Amino acid sequence: MKHLKATTFLIAAAFAGQALAQEAGGRLDIVVQPEPPGLMLGLVQNGPTQLVAGDIYEGLLRYTTDLEPEPGLAKSWGISEDGLTYTFHLNEGVKWHDGEDFTAEDVVFSADVFLRETHARLRASLAYVDTITAPDDLTVVFQLKEPFGPFISVFEVGTMPMIPKHIYEGTDYATNEMNATPIGTGPFKFDKWEKGSFIHLVKNEDYYVEGLPHLDEVYYRVIPDAASRAVAFETGEVDVLPGGSVENWDVARLTGMDGVCSTGSGWEFFAPLAWMWLNNREGPTSDVRFRQAIMYAMDREFVRDVVWNGFGKVPTGPVASATNFYSDDVTPYPHDPDKAKALLDEMGYSGETVRLLPLPYGETWQRWAEAVRQNLSEVGINVEIDSTDVAGWNEKTSQWDYDMAFTYLYQYGDPALGVSRNYTADRIQKGSPWNNVEGYENSELDAKWAAAATMTDAAERQAAYDEIQREIVDDVPVAWLLELEFPTIYRCNVHDLVTTGIGLNDGIRNAWIEQ
Amino acid sequence: MAVLVPVLGRLAKALLTLLAIAVLNFFLIHAAPGDPAVVLAGEAGAADEQMIAQLRERFGLDQPFHVQLGSYVWNIVQLDFGYSFRQGAPVLDLILDRLPATLILTLTAFVISLTLGIILGVAASARVGKASDSLLTTLALLFYATPLYWAALMAVLVFSVELGWLPGFGYETVGANYTGLARVWDVIKHLILPASTLGLFFMAVYMRMTRASMLEVSQMDFVKTARAKGLSGPVIRRRHILRNAILPVVTLAGLQAGQLVGGAVLTETVFAWPGIGRLMFESLAARDYNTILGVFLVSAAMVIVFNILTDLVYRLVDPRIGARA
Repeated sequence: MKHLKATTFLIAAAFAGQALAQEAGGRLDIVVQPEPPGLMLGLVQNGPTQLVAGDIYEGLLRYTTDLEPEPGLAKSWGISEDGLTYTFHLNEGVKWHDGEDFTAEDVVFSADVFLRETHARLRASLAYVDTITAPDDLTVVFQLKEPFGPFISVFEVGTMPMIPKHIYEGTDYATNEMNATPIGTGPFKFDKWEKGSFIHLVKNEDYYVEGLPHLDEVYYRVIPDAASRAVAFETGEVDVLPGGSVENWDVARLTGMDGVCSTGSGWEFFAPLAWMWLNNREGPTSDVRFRQAIMYAMDREFVRDVVWNGFGKVPTGPVASATNFYSDDVTPYPHDPDKAKALLDEMGYSGETVRLLPLPYGETWQRWAEAVRQNLSEVGINVEIDSTDVAGWNEKTSQWDYDMAFTYLYQYGDPALGVSRNYTADRIQKGSPWNNVEGYENSELDAKWAAAATMTDAAERQAAYDEIQREIVDDVPVAWLLELEFPTIYRCNVHDLVTTGIGLNDGIRNAWIEQ
Repeated sequence: MAVLVPVLGRLAKALLTLLAIAVLNFFLIHAAPGDPAVVLAGEAGAADEQMIAQLRERFGLDQPFHVQLGSYVWNIVQLDFGYSFRQGAPVLDLILDRLPATLILTLTAFVISLTLGIILGVAASARVGKASDSLLTTLALLFYATPLYWAALMAVLVFSVELGWLPGFGYETVGANYTGLARVWDVIKHLILPASTLGLFFMAVYMRMTRASMLEVSQMDFVKTARAKGLSGPVIRRRHILRNAILPVVTLAGLQAGQLVGGAVLTETVFAWPGIGRLMFESLAARDYNTILGVFLVSAAMVIVFNILTDLVYRLVDPRIGARA
């Protein structure tokens, strides 16, 4: 058997120079973790739902790994000089999975009616929109009230999924029976959901792109235990482990197996950035010197290398390096315990205990919290770890009941979409763990964030964000920890699995299996 | 009739107990931090006040606490378990969907562990002090002391990963679409590892208890009398000793049977078995109130039903119990 493998490998190597022909057919088994609560992407936008529903639903645009827009349901688009009019031309012959035609009316319904009511993140961007109209069946026009720089980035499937008007118009969206059998325009159709076991999708034979998708069927497998998921990949039960589905120490072991590949790509649009909320309102964390001391006390490289097994990148500030308008021209925070101690002395820190709330997402995060506590205690900060479950974490962060709290957030490609929401004073609202939870108030910067969002010229925006990053990094409103990298692990005979900056969530229409 | 009257009395008490449990559960669940709206908002990756308010209203969480409790109790009395807004389905459907898988797993483990446990216990007590007895008791101690979670993972590693004999995950082969006998065989193959892992612990308990109880009873006077009558060893063991020694085992089996619905969370998790234990655990994490309360109530009902059944079995095994009552 060994011998045979070696021969096959030699033959394969001999042909490797030639481009591989894409082969149609086959089945892919992908882990989904945890089991999604529902698949109707317009109603539920959590990670597992996006992973599965991204095959069923589609957006107007897709985005490359450099975050450049590329055609999706819209084949072309244009933006007026003044940045106020966005015109989209839709692909012809697109059909919903039930056979109805997809038209511009569906786009208007999705964005202006359905998602305006259900999608909190899109709602914030739609505040800039005056009207959405359909001059004809294949043209949609978004008319803005004022220019909004990142507007071209909101047409991704998770942000603005297209919803069938003929099914939802005039119904109670949350209880519509069709939510159980979602209808989209995507490359795969919903077939069956055995709760607790798997979700089965089948090829959309009438997909509007000729020759796509390549795969016949996709099974999303629910395996609740992380160690079991790793074993399921080893035994060949599943072919793909999406980012974050196994613990970090298993990643190295699995990627070391024969015929196993991995990629860190497919997360550029999300650019998950981890940080600690530091309560700016009260206690020692309300003092900027204390917050700076935390930054100097932490050995972030160590955490990246040991806790995250080398995956990820130490951030320079609030904007992740993959996100548009990133700048590294800011004050650096190297591991410098002496400087941390000096800052603590200067402020007169008297050893009060600070509570640290870890993110209850498994072993890695628990160890991370322990590493931070260790670092902070080395410079004399007393840390008490305050553990809870996911619901408790949500409750405590959104009710501001913490001193330091781990979190990580997506950036959605643009500072105005996924960054400013965590730092401007108008986003200080109890009840959500996704806004300005730390309570940072800086009216000068607020004005700069607002101005940068409405600029249309890229160079001008870059300059504005350079300035913002330079200033905010000195204030340390939160303690930036790591740009997370979630490698996707898969068998090497699966090709073109990740082709955009949205990765597996973008629908795996290009994926094919080499037989 | 004489048997039925006390059972009816127990049933009336049981219904009251169940209602009390339901109310207590309601308080417990609401005492935990967070609520389903906060969790859903937390998962969405973005949330504003409008979203939280919409969710609260839909879940009925905007009502005062006593109104929520009142409508919950009223629904329960009408056997209405409510709707899981998180999963978009009636709670009863969710439970019934998961119940068969769990019952297959736990009943198999129950039958295997009880049968093997009693047989091995009797065998060990008959050979007390000999090498085979020591071997059996040592093995039982080992099974008893091994954490279920570890045993489960080891079973997967050995029989599924290394040897490749048995499937390590799930309830059946996904996408194979077997029918008839082929499907039954497929499920059985998937059942072997989780059922044995779950069953080993209880088998050890039954075995040790049967052995100890057998040894105790075998010292009693009536056994000496039977021996003096000239009955053979096996007959004495079966008809005189076992019959008297089995009562504590029945008690314990009644306790285990009560956990048939909710007691396999770990096994279901490791083996990706689509059972009700996982439904309970995941609903708890998501604060899916109606679903957790529904599962809790079904579990509680099972405990009560099996307590009554255990009492009935006592009467069958030892008719004196019924006479005294």
